[in-house]
Amino acid sequence: MQALTNRAKEVDRRQMTFLESIYLWNIFKGMIVTFKHLFKKRPTIQYPEQQRTFSPVFRGLHVLNRDEEGRERCTACGLCAVACPAEAITMEAAERLPGEENLYREEKYAARYEINMLRCIFCGLCEEACPKDAIYLSETFAPANYNRRGFVYGKQDLLIPNPKTEAPELAKAKGIH
Amino acid sequence: MTLFAIDWLLFIEKLSLIIIIIFASLGIALYMTYGERKIAAALQDRPGPNRAGPFGLFQPFADGLKLIMKEEIIPNHSNKALFILGPALAMTAALMTCAVVPWGDKVVLFGRTIALQIADINVGILYVFGVVSLGVYGIMIGGWASNNKFSLLAALRGASQAISYELAMGLSLIALLMLTGTLQLGEIVKQQQAPGHLWNIAYQPLGFLIFLVTAFAECNRTPFDLPEAENELNMGFHQEYSSMKLGFYLFSEYINMFISSVIMATLFFGGYDVPFLDESTLTPNIAAIVGIVALLIKVVCFIFFFMWVRWTIPRFRYDQLMNLGWKKLIPLALANMLITGAVILWLHK
Amino acid sequence: MNAIEILFWLLSALAIISAMMVLLSKNPVHSVLWLIAVFFAISGHYILLNAQFLAIVNIIVYAGAIMVLFLFVIMLMNLNKESEPKRNFWRILIGIISGGSLLMILVSLIRQATEINNKNALMESGNIGLIKTLGKLLFSDYVVPFEISSVLFLSAMVGAVVIGKKE
Repeated sequence: MQALTNRAKEVDRRQMTFLESIYLWNIFKGMIVTFKHLFKKRPTIQYPEQQRTFSPVFRGLHVLNRDEEGRERCTACGLCAVACPAEAITMEAAERLPGEENLYREEKYAARYEINMLRCIFCGLCEEACPKDAIYLSETFAPANYNRRGFVYGKQDLLIPNPKTEAPELAKAKGIH
Repeated sequence: MTLFAIDWLLFIEKLSLIIIIIFASLGIALYMTYGERKIAAALQDRPGPNRAGPFGLFQPFADGLKLIMKEEIIPNHSNKALFILGPALAMTAALMTCAVVPWGDKVVLFGRTIALQIADINVGILYVFGVVSLGVYGIMIGGWASNNKFSLLAALRGASQAISYELAMGLSLIALLMLTGTLQLGEIVKQQQAPGHLWNIAYQPLGFLIFLVTAFAECNRTPFDLPEAENELNMGFHQEYSSMKLGFYLFSEYINMFISSVIMATLFFGGYDVPFLDESTLTPNIAAIVGIVALLIKVVCFIFFFMWVRWTIPRFRYDQLMNLGWKKLIPLALANMLITGAVILWLHK
Repeated sequence: MNAIEILFWLLSALAIISAMMVLLSKNPVHSVLWLIAVFFAISGHYILLNAQFLAIVNIIVYAGAIMVLFLFVIMLMNLNKESEPKRNFWRILIGIISGGSLLMILVSLIRQATEINNKNALMESGNIGLIKTLGKLLFSDYVVPFEISSVLFLSAMVGAVVIGKKE
């Protein structure tokens, strides 16, 4: 069989000589290797204080978008839920009532929109499936929680701040992400 | 001040010395756990504990607090008295060795000359062996009293390892004792201090090597940590232990490591001797402080070596361990003894 | 009553109580541990007699090696109350008779022995138990018995190796 690399070594099964069998030389070689590591650069990132910069294509926690006037973009078509391979998305649609035009962009909206972050595999297919540019994957990840319930993100957790009424919060959220 | 024919001043002097040395050993062992974690981290390109206090310096206290706060579990069908006796014995045996170590020369305090050694007994090294051989009981009693067959097996494994390596340890020192002609540790240090006399490592390199390996085995340190074997072999003899009793077992290992470093420094590296320095030119107190610092520096080097080895070498298999002990180290120690004896005879003629 | 006497009485009491506990305790592992306590008390006596070498060797050999082997065996045998042999009247009677006669012999021997009557042991002084004196004695006056016993040990070792070796 052809070897993939030339680094494979034949196992030496010869009887060890006495000097080999007290292992000293090999132990010494190993000690040198570990000693060198004392002076190597440490790649650790001190997490809460330092944070790794993510690439722009990083797929993290989901956000539900609003348009420029602060209306929810989602129309509860369910394409994201269908596209989701992990079946993490649940939604319930509702009809927009008169007088709610400043809240929802389309005539139908999601009354309930939940993503189970324990099921989600962060593949980004929901993002691709959405015809309304309503769901995006941001550059943060889901923080730890003490119970399962806490990992089911509702609409309030996912929606971005309203650019009209909550402009400073939105700016802050954008600045971090 | 004599009552019951005891010199009470001497009594107080020795008592305070004992208390200081025991607390110093405990403190050093406490920070050895911190050192272990830091060195392990450094060898694996990590920063190690750094959250508790500056540089994580309060980490040992946090660990100790954690151990104390944990639930204390005594297994139902265990032998309660012996279950408690086990860790206590391990700790006592570990601390008892301090008694014969010369920590420094003399200091003059309140007009009294105080030797920095609890007891300079005639049979110092043998005393060390005696106490080391008692260390086995902590392991065996703890393993048996847990009433768990895996603990018992681990205890047997640990005890037979300790007994096997005690032999090689004793034999490796006999050659050294032929050179020194005394068993008193204080005397051995004084000999190495004398001008024109090198440290014993220069005369006994092979003896030192064997002693070093057996010291690793006696302290149950990697590569010989089969009695514990945290990640395989079902833990070890302290499997059923929790809370501070487990802490005692783990802690006694660190004290053992500290003491064996001190013994190695004393026997082979001149103890409190500073090379190229004539101590007699200094005042006694300064010379004593310099001596203690020198001893501690040597000890820290040894402790670093212990930890460095732990994070380099994998664990021996049990048959390899026994082979190394009985078929390699004991013959080597015997050969070393013969050669040393022959050379001494030849030089004296 | 000086400190050495106090220590002597303390150690003697410890030795006797531990020795009795060896016999009285139901659990064989406890018996072994009490026996170790006896060895420690006896080592203490040796130290009082300024026989440091003897004291330490007593601990290394008996407490450190032989008793560990005892413990090994007892721990692996799984001895408990059920496996203890039943006591019957005859057995107890035989025990009392044999033990009592041994005690009588010992007491009468000690009463008759004239050399130890009215003599005090050397406390805290004398160097007969120190390692230098002992070594000199062993290698001059008693060199033949010493070497013979070492040959005995060697033959025991060879025997152990022969038995332990598979074909």
